[in-house]
Amino acid sequence: MMFFIEVTLSGLMAGVMYSLVALGFVLIFKASGIFNFAQGVMALFAALTLVGLMEKFNFPVWLAIIGTIVVMIALAWLIERVMLRHLVNQEPIILFMATIGLAYVLEGAGDILWGSDVKLLDIGIPQGAWGWLWDQGIYVEKLELFAAGTAAILVIFLAVFFQKTRVGRALRAVADDHQAALSVGISLNTIWVVVWSVSGIVALVAGIMWGSKSGVQFSLSLIALKALPVLILGGFTSVPGAIVGGMIIGVGEKLAEVYFGPMVGGAIENWFAYMLALAFLLFRPQGLFGDKIIERV
Amino acid sequence: MTERNIGDVILKVDNISLSFGVMKVLDDISFDVRQGEIRSIIGPNGAGKSSMLNVINGFYHPQQGSITFKGNTRKQMAPHVAASQGIARTFQNIALFKGMSTLDNIMTGRNLKMKTNLFWQALHIGPARTEEIENREAAERIIDFLDIQAIRKKPVGKLPYGLQKRVELGRALAAEPDLLLLDEPMAGMNSEEKEDMCRFIIDVNDEFGTTITLIEHDMGVVMDLSDRVLVLDYGKQLADDVPDKVRTNQTVIDAYLGVPHE
Amino acid sequence: MIYRETGQFKSSYESDQALFPIKQDRYVILGVLIVTFGVVPGLLNEYWLNAILLPFLIYALAALGLNILTGYCGQVSLGTGGFMAVGAFSVYKLMIAFPELGFIPLVLLSGVITAAVGALFGLPSLRIKGFYLAVATLAAQFFLIWLFNKVGWFFNYNASGMINSPPMTVFGVIITGPEGDMTGKYYLVATFVALFALVAKNLARGRIGRNWMAIRDMDIAAELIGVRPLIAKLSAFAVSSFYIGMAGALYFAVWLGSAEPTEAFDINQSFLVLFMIIIGGLGSVLGSFLGAGFMVLMPILLKNIMVDGFGTDAALAAHIEIITVGVLIIGFLIVEPHGLARLWRIAKEKMRLWPFPH
Repeated sequence: MMFFIEVTLSGLMAGVMYSLVALGFVLIFKASGIFNFAQGVMALFAALTLVGLMEKFNFPVWLAIIGTIVVMIALAWLIERVMLRHLVNQEPIILFMATIGLAYVLEGAGDILWGSDVKLLDIGIPQGAWGWLWDQGIYVEKLELFAAGTAAILVIFLAVFFQKTRVGRALRAVADDHQAALSVGISLNTIWVVVWSVSGIVALVAGIMWGSKSGVQFSLSLIALKALPVLILGGFTSVPGAIVGGMIIGVGEKLAEVYFGPMVGGAIENWFAYMLALAFLLFRPQGLFGDKIIERV
Repeated sequence: MTERNIGDVILKVDNISLSFGVMKVLDDISFDVRQGEIRSIIGPNGAGKSSMLNVINGFYHPQQGSITFKGNTRKQMAPHVAASQGIARTFQNIALFKGMSTLDNIMTGRNLKMKTNLFWQALHIGPARTEEIENREAAERIIDFLDIQAIRKKPVGKLPYGLQKRVELGRALAAEPDLLLLDEPMAGMNSEEKEDMCRFIIDVNDEFGTTITLIEHDMGVVMDLSDRVLVLDYGKQLADDVPDKVRTNQTVIDAYLGVPHE
Repeated sequence: MIYRETGQFKSSYESDQALFPIKQDRYVILGVLIVTFGVVPGLLNEYWLNAILLPFLIYALAALGLNILTGYCGQVSLGTGGFMAVGAFSVYKLMIAFPELGFIPLVLLSGVITAAVGALFGLPSLRIKGFYLAVATLAAQFFLIWLFNKVGWFFNYNASGMINSPPMTVFGVIITGPEGDMTGKYYLVATFVALFALVAKNLARGRIGRNWMAIRDMDIAAELIGVRPLIAKLSAFAVSSFYIGMAGALYFAVWLGSAEPTEAFDINQSFLVLFMIIIGGLGSVLGSFLGAGFMVLMPILLKNIMVDGFGTDAALAAHIEIITVGVLIIGFLIVEPHGLARLWRIAKEKMRLWPFPH
């Protein structure tokens, strides 16, 4: 029983990590209808920049984080200027392919700028088992708990940002209807820079958490692939969907890995989440929090 | 108008009720359509007219009631089954295949008339070739009928609105339907285009003997074309009669003009 | 003035529906075929064959397949790598179990097996659309690669997990594996590609192709005029996977000679083929070839320019290469989102009017 709880808890924690990446996807998709495949590489790029600033320039942690945030905002601005601006009104698939191109560019640029060796990321997040639960016989990483806490704060921050600020309202308007938003004088270009910046910062948080856990290396960009089933489960446009979906996938995956994996030779985490999401969709095609769609002709 | 050639009941709608969640879209609607008739459904926006057509060709599934078409009664059916039984339609907002040419759109309308299998199609010889040419001839007859020869090979997405409506009618006619459902065939047209469309509708009815059920807001058109008119309002059936009676029906006038407050 | 249709009158629907109704197009195709089968084999060498021609032809076949599904039927798939793996492992098992059947039937059979797998993974398309479906097809990608990696039966319990192509002959010439004959390999693959390009063109211009496009452009309207989404979508998945399976079989047996699933068929293959059809042109047979050519040649050119031209360090060159590929893709999408095939069409329009500007 203790073992089951332990597995579930560690699944929940891993799920939070997935949620963080999925959140970045959702923000961009909501505001611009772009399926940003580069979200995972953005997390890698952010983590690489952070480590690079700390190692090569001996920045203290707080300054390195601020520096990275500035870099991510500059990147968002650049992406809007060079890429998005010229792709307005293209088919979604074209924009999707463009973000794959972007992923290539960031991947190569990150390697050239900061080197492609595996790097340790230590910004002072507590490591090791969490004492209180360890006394109860359950092993939970302090780091994962910290990640969960950070994710919660981030979500609250985003909720306030979307609900209470002027930019947040504009964002929601754009998400609802591009044309209508334009007609009341909202600048689409600015909105895109803002939303890509926010996603870049979310990517940084995800990058810090994953990087602290298993080092900063190329495989970090692959967490994007883990976040995708979360999206079909939770819906491409739902923030709560991303959070809850991430938890479900995290727990389901860990339980399956432990109880079902050994039967079929292990390493099932690559596809299990997808199958889980697909099975779920058979019963609820509109996703976790979506409304039933009434099609009109 | 010339002598009308009206036959037996071809479509019978019995006690249809349809709702989405708490919203009742259609409430206990019953009517029939006779062979060779031009039947109109009118009513203010949101009256449930399009929903009624969607029920008839199997796209919406009503909670109650049944539909009898050519003697087959059914509660629910898939749209492609309705199509194969001989129901074709056009749409309120044009639903053409935008990436395809006029000819291909009309040829797609004939897909149920074409049967050759994947193998022959892959080689494009023998039966597949013969079938393609036969159906091309049928499609060309429709193109001639609608006078759209010049845009045969043009992608429909780039055609002006009025022509698109015409191509859509062509696509529906290509199936050689027994019952043709037209959802606002004249919406957004100028009076000249409307006249053309009216002429096509009358000709289709006259020359091919196709039974037509149409939704239209232009009352002049409706009263001129229709044999009988069904009036809906907020999902309820207000009246069902010949145009002259509907015109003078007090409930209908109230629904359209509003009831004066006492 | 050289390229024009004026004066070429059609007196029957049959000639109007011909594959290439315009005379000049027929000459161009004839020329391409003569060069492909008459001239190129005389100039073959090992480098051209293995670095350029075989990958170009095999990827063109895969791109044709994906274009049927994505370009004609509108269903985005990211499972191409996985389906190529199905073709490769099918042909491997078949070559060992039934060598007497001959290589060509075995390749076709691998395509059929892949078609069945593809149709199975196409089932979600009946309920979900767009990017939801694209992500769902990743399930196929990851599951299939895992399967071929973990289940020993597929690679005959080879300790390295690799599959190696046994030598097989076609008309007495060894075609597969490292001992294969160069010219023989080329002729076989080129013939496959040419024939199935013709088949794709035929399917696209007939009822089945129109039904696919109808589903792509407006699925609800298509259903209401009698196109059955179940049949149209699953047949697109099946036919597409048939092509991709054959491409996978040739990729492994003829080109590489040996393969390891996680590397040879990973998700980057799926993206590569998707890039080919988008850069080449969605819904265009010609585009599948142009896109495959572009994506095969571009990295080779870049590498040659950097390493041989400027003497760039190989590791740095690899990074620069990936950045440049990314930049070129983005740039291309900005300049011509409808692909190379569309540029070709515009060029033809211009030629028709030349020397008059309008």
